[in-house]
Amino acid sequence: MSVLVFAENGDGKFPKSTYEAISYGFALATKMGTSLTALVLGEVSDDALKNLGEYGAAKVLHASDARLNGFNSSAFASALAQAASAEQAKVVILSSTLEGKAVAPMLSVKLKAGLVVGVVALPATDGPFVVRKKVFSGKAFADVQVNSEVRILTVSVNSFSLIKNPAAATVSAFAPQLPEGDFRMVSKEIAKSTNTLSVAEADIVVSGGRGLKGPENWGILENFATAIGAATACSKPVSDSGWRPHHEHVGQTGKAIAPNLYFAFGISGAIQHLAGINSSKVIVVVNKDPEAPFFKAADYGIVGDLFEVLPKLTEALKAFKAGQN
Amino acid sequence: MKILVCITQVPDTTTRISFTGNAFNAAGVQFIINPYDEIALTRALELKETLGGSVTAITVGKPDTEANLRKALAIGADDAIRVNADATDAYFVAAQIADVAKKNGYELVLAGKESIDYNGSEVGSMIAAMLDVPFVGMASRLVVEGEKVTLDREIEGGKEILESTLPLVASAQKGMAEPRIPNMRGIMSARTKPLQVLEPAAADALTAVISYEMPPAKAACKMVPADNPALLIELLHNEAKVI
Ligand SMILES: Cc1cc2nc3c(=O)[nH]c(=O)nc-3n(C[C@H](O)[C@H](O)[C@H](O)COP(=O)(O)OP(=O)(O)OC[C@H]3O[C@@H](n4cnc5c(N)ncnc54)[C@H](O)[C@@H]3O)c2cc1C
Ligand SMILES: Nc1ncnc2c1ncn2[C@@H]1O[C@H](COP(=O)(O)O)[C@@H](O)[C@H]1O
Repeated sequence: MSVLVFAENGDGKFPKSTYEAISYGFALATKMGTSLTALVLGEVSDDALKNLGEYGAAKVLHASDARLNGFNSSAFASALAQAASAEQAKVVILSSTLEGKAVAPMLSVKLKAGLVVGVVALPATDGPFVVRKKVFSGKAFADVQVNSEVRILTVSVNSFSLIKNPAAATVSAFAPQLPEGDFRMVSKEIAKSTNTLSVAEADIVVSGGRGLKGPENWGILENFATAIGAATACSKPVSDSGWRPHHEHVGQTGKAIAPNLYFAFGISGAIQHLAGINSSKVIVVVNKDPEAPFFKAADYGIVGDLFEVLPKLTEALKAFKAGQN
Repeated sequence: MKILVCITQVPDTTTRISFTGNAFNAAGVQFIINPYDEIALTRALELKETLGGSVTAITVGKPDTEANLRKALAIGADDAIRVNADATDAYFVAAQIADVAKKNGYELVLAGKESIDYNGSEVGSMIAAMLDVPFVGMASRLVVEGEKVTLDREIEGGKEILESTLPLVASAQKGMAEPRIPNMRGIMSARTKPLQVLEPAAADALTAVISYEMPPAKAACKMVPADNPALLIELLHNEAKVI
């Protein structure tokens, strides 16, 4: 018996969300009195694999198969299903990333295992298996009971802190049988934006709305984002007008994010926007309108003209950083 | 091409969410077609207009979901199917839709990237696994040429272009199409288009929501004067401890 975590990698590297899933898996395995196994698909260096032990993986199964370097949900689900049965996993954990959310439902069908997507806490394991997830775009929580023998959970990104539980992970090769049908889909081209910090994963997000007036004004926002080490995001009308790329759009119909710190400059705070960001731990709003609804959802606010406030804030931040060194 | 579009209804995006006991409080709530399903439906109609074939809208739900199915007909679907069951578990819902898809030989099944109420992103890829056909999630473009389908999908930090064969299941997100608004003619003709009600196939529900909780109310926003941004930095550092 064990807990199995799908340790998702991108280009051979593990993102923070993978370590969050491992930390979560280790906490759960400990609670269940069992150990944690991580499954890695695609070519990853031995050094990177060892890192998984840092967060509590006792065992790493590695399918070093070039066919699994790209993201193929069918093949990933086949491999995970085989690893789950080899390890007699009672719980399989994935990250609530784009990949995790595509693979987990397929795995659910293959294992006929109940799935809960976007969990934010550890499950109750004495008595029925009940776990908490976000619903209504973060406006509420639901406690979901899973009635199957094997359970699948995807862990909401930025909801579970990294916990170091150093252990020496034993790495073993794993060779899943992958049916040809899993390769009916062919990847033709991958276009990654040069912006390395992804909005979904960033600890700090700096977001701009229509109050910035036009794409040419984003420089002051980017300067601040760079100074504080944040990813940039935007409201829907901003990406709809082509001022910013679509992948920056947050909200009900864009990305749902949960950073530690979210800055909103010139965003009114419509309910659909809040739906994507209300899981942020701390929200700072800068708006010239004291009646802007966003202030009701904020922790800190400045009423003022962002074109004056933003540069000053950047200066103040730089002074603060300089003082820290 | 025979296209099946999965339609679920969700509370209007401006709804203030509340619960009575352990159930969602639907009193006074207006239910709309899930925004992503509208996108999927529109793309299906565009494909039909260029390639021929038919578009069927399917919902797993009780009779109260029929108004939104009629709306799908008004937007342009040829016919609609309602599987008469409470949609409480994604596995159960997917099993119903997969069953209909299998029996009627749909070549393309489209869903939304997620329902904006339960936020599962589950049903589409479950259907694909049940039908054993490829799945592309979060697709922002879908082009069909003969047996070949080309799709763009969102990946971490960018996008990927994929080629697949039919049959296929895909889930739609922003970009795949601009949702259409039903016109008067559509609304009139929707009344007479076929809406078939099926009893559910035998399938298990693997999960059940047992209770809901609202997040704790936010404390009042602390205001910082516009001419003192250093104070904000200090508060974020010493009080909120986030920088
Ligand atoms: C079905 C549906 C889904 C939606 N999904 C989303 C979504 O996912 N994400 C999303 O963001 N929106 C979404 N919307 C749109 C949403 O309702 C709002 O229209 C949108 O969020 C407004 O964007 P905004 O705040 O940038 O612009 P506005 O509402 O125009 O607000 C601009 C703000 O900037 C302030 N401002 C102007 N100038 C300055 C200045 N110099 N200094 C400081 N402040 C200034 C103004 O006071 C104002 O508050 C959705 C709407 C619908 C109907
Ligand atoms: N009850 C339902 N009936 C028909 N389609 C559904 C139903 N529930 C979900 N779907 C489809 O599956 C997509 C993803 O839903 P979910 O898995 O709930 O996030 C939705 O956008 C719909 O296209």
